[in-house]
Amino acid sequence: MERVPILKIGRTLFVSIQIDLQDDTVMRLQEDLADELAATGARGVIIDITGVEIVDSFIGRMLTTIGSVSRLFDAETVIVGMRPAVAITLTELGLTLSGVRTALNAEKGLEILNGRP
Amino acid sequence: MDELRIRSGDDVVRVRQQVRMAAADNGLSLVDQTKLVTAASELARNTLVHGGGGAARVEIVKSANGRTGVKLSFTDEGPGIDDIDLALTDGWSTGAGLGLGLSGARRLVDEFELISKPGTGTSVVVVKWSR
Repeated sequence: MERVPILKIGRTLFVSIQIDLQDDTVMRLQEDLADELAATGARGVIIDITGVEIVDSFIGRMLTTIGSVSRLFDAETVIVGMRPAVAITLTELGLTLSGVRTALNAEKGLEILNGRP
Repeated sequence: MDELRIRSGDDVVRVRQQVRMAAADNGLSLVDQTKLVTAASELARNTLVHGGGGAARVEIVKSANGRTGVKLSFTDEGPGIDDIDLALTDGWSTGAGLGLGLSGARRLVDEFELISKPGTGTSVVVVKWSR
């Protein structure tokens, strides 16, 4: 099973998903992020999905769960870089990704996080 | 095309990759490719999780009016589905999921056929046509 690396820059955790996600990798990322949030006290999480070709209900649920978990650690999650075809497919699938913010790219995602008081 | 076995999470990823290639090679738009691969991912996971594993088949088909389509068949010999209408309802789930897998997959394809009986396994056949 591959693992997705988590980078800490300042008070933000960065995750860039560059692989074809299988379910175990998704679960592992969820756990690793919770551990990192607890260990670092980061205030924000940016998940870059530029390289993700599909978001199905399992991956979508993972993104929502990460949003909920990070809120319990007083951090906000922003999903960035969603491909247009993925956005259309997600909507048709019926997934709204409630509870997580989205932004066009990592830069705009950071602006959202840094705008927090 | 050969049958692809679905026995692990890695197999689900392989099915997605095969479907992506078939869809791209046969003129489906990027959005339609993404929809079909997403549907394939849901159905392959169902085969693995609910069917206890099974197989997927990817075929290229032609319609009467000359359109090309990608046809996917997923079969398992698992416990089968008691109430198919219920299983196709948004939000209904036997597992820990969102209950969008089967119903969502149906919305993402042009044709969808589900055959299942308790004790005899499940077969789902879907087609996505090029525009």
